[in-house]
This record gives sequence, C-alpha cells and structure tokens, in this order.
Amino acid sequence: MLDAVIDVRLGRLHLDEVTIEAAAGTTIAIIGPNGAGKTTALRVLAGLVALERGHVSLDGTVLDGPGVRTWLEPEARPIGFVFQDLHLFPHLSVLDNVAFGPRCRGARRPDARRRAAGWLERLGIDGLAGERPGALSGGQAQRVALARALATDPRLLLLDEPLSALDAGTRPSVRRDLARHLDMFAGVAVVVTHDPVEAMALADHIVVLEDGRVTQVGDAAELRERPRSAYVAEFVGVNLYRGTADGDGLVLANGTHLIGGDGTVRGDALAVVHPRAVALHRTRPDGTPRNVWAGTVGHVDPEGDRARVHVDAAVPVTAEVTASSVAELGLGEGTPVWASVKATEVAVFEA
Amino acid sequence: MIAIVVATIAIAFFAAPLVGLLLRAPWGNLWNELSAPATVEALKLSLVCSAAATVLSVAFGVPLAWVLARQQFPGRRLARALVALPMVLPPVVGGVALFLAFGRRGFIGQELDDWFGFTLPYTTLGVIVAETFVAMPFFVITVEAALRSVDHRYEEAATTLGSGRITTFRRVTLPLIAPSLAAGAALSWARALGEFGATITFAGNLPGRTQTMPLAIFLEFENGNTDGAIALSLVLVLISMAVLVGLRDRWLRA
Repeated sequence: MLDAVIDVRLGRLHLDEVTIEAAAGTTIAIIGPNGAGKTTALRVLAGLVALERGHVSLDGTVLDGPGVRTWLEPEARPIGFVFQDLHLFPHLSVLDNVAFGPRCRGARRPDARRRAAGWLERLGIDGLAGERPGALSGGQAQRVALARALATDPRLLLLDEPLSALDAGTRPSVRRDLARHLDMFAGVAVVVTHDPVEAMALADHIVVLEDGRVTQVGDAAELRERPRSAYVAEFVGVNLYRGTADGDGLVLANGTHLIGGDGTVRGDALAVVHPRAVALHRTRPDGTPRNVWAGTVGHVDPEGDRARVHVDAAVPVTAEVTASSVAELGLGEGTPVWASVKATEVAVFEA
Repeated sequence: MIAIVVATIAIAFFAAPLVGLLLRAPWGNLWNELSAPATVEALKLSLVCSAAATVLSVAFGVPLAWVLARQQFPGRRLARALVALPMVLPPVVGGVALFLAFGRRGFIGQELDDWFGFTLPYTTLGVIVAETFVAMPFFVITVEAALRSVDHRYEEAATTLGSGRITTFRRVTLPLIAPSLAAGAALSWARALGEFGATITFAGNLPGRTQTMPLAIFLEFENGNTDGAIALSLVLVLISMAVLVGLRDRWLRA
C-alpha cells in the first residue's frame, strides 16, 4: 500500500499536494505533459528528492515525513527504479549489473549472482549474462534494467518512461512483457509516461499531473469518457470543450452553441465529442445533425487505415474518419469542409 | 600553404632535438654507460621516488579531487588555485618554497625535527616530497574534471539499488573514471620522473640519496661527459615514449 502526498518546490516547478495512493499488486500510471513534474514525483517516492511537506509511506512505514521528522535514505528504501535512460553500469556485465542490488543489500557474491541469474532467466535474457550493456539492443537493455530493479525484491517499483528509449518497432513487444511482469509484481508499481497507450496497457489507475497538480485520477475509461482537461482529452483522443451548460447544450466562450447532453447540467461544464462521432462533408449536410460548422482542414494525421482530421472552425474539432473517405473527400490542409455532430453524440458534464 | 610551411618548421623544431640525441648516441658504448653503478643507482632512485610520488598523488589526489569537484565550501576557488599553482610555478621556486616550509629551519620542518627528529631536505624522502608537490596537481586536475563530467544518474541508480555513498564511489564512480585515473597517474608519474628544479633546490644532489636521473644527466653534461648524459637521456626518452603510447587513446587520436 502506497500512500503519498507530495509537496515540493524545485526551481519553477511546484508539486502541489500531489496525492498518489495505490494498493499492493496494482500499477499506477502518472501521465502528463512535459514539465508537469512526473519524474520529480517519482524521485520523491524514491528518496532522490526530499519532501517539503506531505508524506510518503509504504505499507504503513513512513519513508519521508517532514511533519514527523522522518526520513529514510534512498538506499534504505525497499524500492526498485527503472530510469528513463536505464543507466546500466557500463563497466559491469549484465549479470553483475543485476547482482549489484543484492550485493549492496548484503548478499555474498555467489548468492547475488545466483539471484541475478534467476531474474535474467525469468525475463528470458539469461543468454546475455556475460555481455556488457554497450553491446545490448534497446529491448534487451530495457529487460536488464527491469531485472536489476526487481532483483532486490522491492515493494515499490518505479519506472520512468520505461519504453521511451525503444524504437517503435520493439516497443509493443517490450510493453507486453512489461505488462506481464507488472501483473505478477506483488508490490506497488508506479509508471511515469506520456504515452497514452503505455499508460492504458500497463496501469490499473491513471493519475494525470499537469503543472504540478493532479487534474484527474481514474481508469482509462473514466478518463476517456470524462476528461477534465484539454490535456486529458487530447491524451485519450477526444474533443473536449469548456463552457456554460444551458440545458440545451454548452455555450462556448466564443458564443457558439454546442447542442447535446441530457439537459441535467447547468453552469460551468465540459462537453466531450468523440472524434469518431464527427462526420465531415464537402457540402453543407442536410438531414438531422444539430451541430454543423463550416471550417477548413488544419492537418491530417493518418493512423493506420484511419486518419485524424483536425478542422479549424468556430468550434475546433478533431474527426476520426477512414483513410478512404479522406481520399474520397479530397481532404488536405486548407480544404473547406463541413463538420457535423449529432446532438446525441455530445456528452455534457459538470466541470 | 604558408600554414603548412610554418607547421613543418614547428614539427622539425620538435623532432630536431630527438634526432640530435639519436645521432650523437654512443651506441657502441651504451651498455657500459648505463651499467655504471652510479647510473643504475640514479635510475633506481628515480623509479622509486617517482613511483612513491605517484602513489602519494593518487592517495591524496582522489579525495582532494572529489572534494573540489563535488563539495560546496567557501574558498573552493582558492583551494583549486592552490592545487594548480605548482603547475605554473617555476620548479626552482617551488623548491625554495618547500625549503622554507619543510627545511630544518622552516616553520613546519622545525616542528617535524623537534617532535619526530626527521628532516626532509637532502633526503630521499625530500625528493619524494618535491616530486609529489609538482606532480600531484596533474593528477588532481585530470581526476577532478572527470568527476565533474561523470553522469550523476549512474550514482543515483546505484543509490536506488541500496548502495551507500562509499560503496557507490568505489563500485560505480571510480570505475567510470578509470581512464582518467590512469591518465592522471601516468601524467603525474611522468612529471615526477622528470622533476629537476624543485628536487635539486630542496633535496640537493647527493648520489644514491637524492640524485635522480635528471640530476645525474645534468651533472654528466656539466662535467663534459656528453656520452653519459646522452645515454641516460635516452632512457628517459624511452620511458616518456612509453607513457605517450599508453595515453595515445586520449591524446593522439583526435
């Protein structure tokens, strides 16, 4: 059980009562834009940065509690840390990298090596025991880093952008492996990432950190359906609008009326439109859609056989359409288009 | 074009003395010159003293470099300037200064004499002190630079694995800067081996006790025994070359 309230200033960054709670056996993802303080939060948990206020406690033991004058040195904490750039010791073999932790925690060299060999085997990289880190591929090095962090039997596993050093080709397989090991991990795991797929694939719960504050906590579905900030909306790929709910829908700051919602919400509110609910047309559509805007195509991001089309209009909107309809409609940057959304596809909820 | 001509002249300028040494070397008589008891003694003394100076430089230099690189304290700039001073100070001045501090009448030497009854000037120990004085800065400067450039995150990784400060330094930091340790040690050793000014001023020129190779070479040369001076010089050239080859990865491969 991890229970942390993180309050610390580092230069211009202020982590403001960032609360992270997780039960043993679960994985938490901390996501957020660059500079939000994700890595700093992780370093606080590890003891590489000391708290100013708040606390970090694990399984009932206070690791850092300025209020109760308690501080456990990082080397005395039951943690494992997988660094963004891994930082395998270049002068040690893979086996000795993994044996380093057990050695530091008092195991004799043969015992430490035996344990390290066991972890290499579990991660399917026992063939690399004698290699130097410099000779490893990205995926192999990632597995070694994970083995090194797990070899001390930590109760708190911290992973900072664990897959960011990998090329796109190897990332999915390493991610699947990592997910499997995190599932088996008995302690609490905290993964920092800016990759939505990574967060959703690895974590049970997601903590969204923006500019030093937690803006939302929830599982992936909650975040997709009820994003609380533009970042979260972008992160899970939905259109998010902030405005005032008037019973018929949402009035945006520029006066545009977005029709939809169930009419129960009043006042400050958010509206969510899933990109797949947005239809695009070259001529003004007739028929029933209640929300129709004229605009021009900003840019087109192909994603496999689909594409996300960003439309600049009174209500800027992202549509997800098939690649073939992009071709049929001749969509490209600057193309004039009409975007339409059915009122039933607009979800409105309290801000 | 002009640059090439000038560069050629400069290179010739570096090569000429070496060529002169090789041309005039008494090849036929070399072994006799080198196996003279006085020569063997000077060579032995040189090797012992320079090795001892290197050991002292490393033993004191590693903690010193660590403090200069990693600790914040008032007067750190002054401390760094003091450490670098022997590199720019004329060695003879260093010898005089050492004498004033550690000589029998020196403010420290007098205490040493009173309390422990030993004196540094005109002893082999004095040679070692003089050589350490001029050689250690090369080690400290090299290692300090390396310590500054070491990626702290390796040390952090060690910390999260349960490694205390001393273990981290020993098992992570030192291995990471091993090339610089070796280079610094080689540099200070070469400097100690060639030490002349501070040694002759502080420790004198007593055969068997303080007469190292450079001193012996100078004496032979002054006394008109050019062959002996050349023979001894060749030995030092050989040793210098060996150091250069050992460091080639760092300096000669641009």
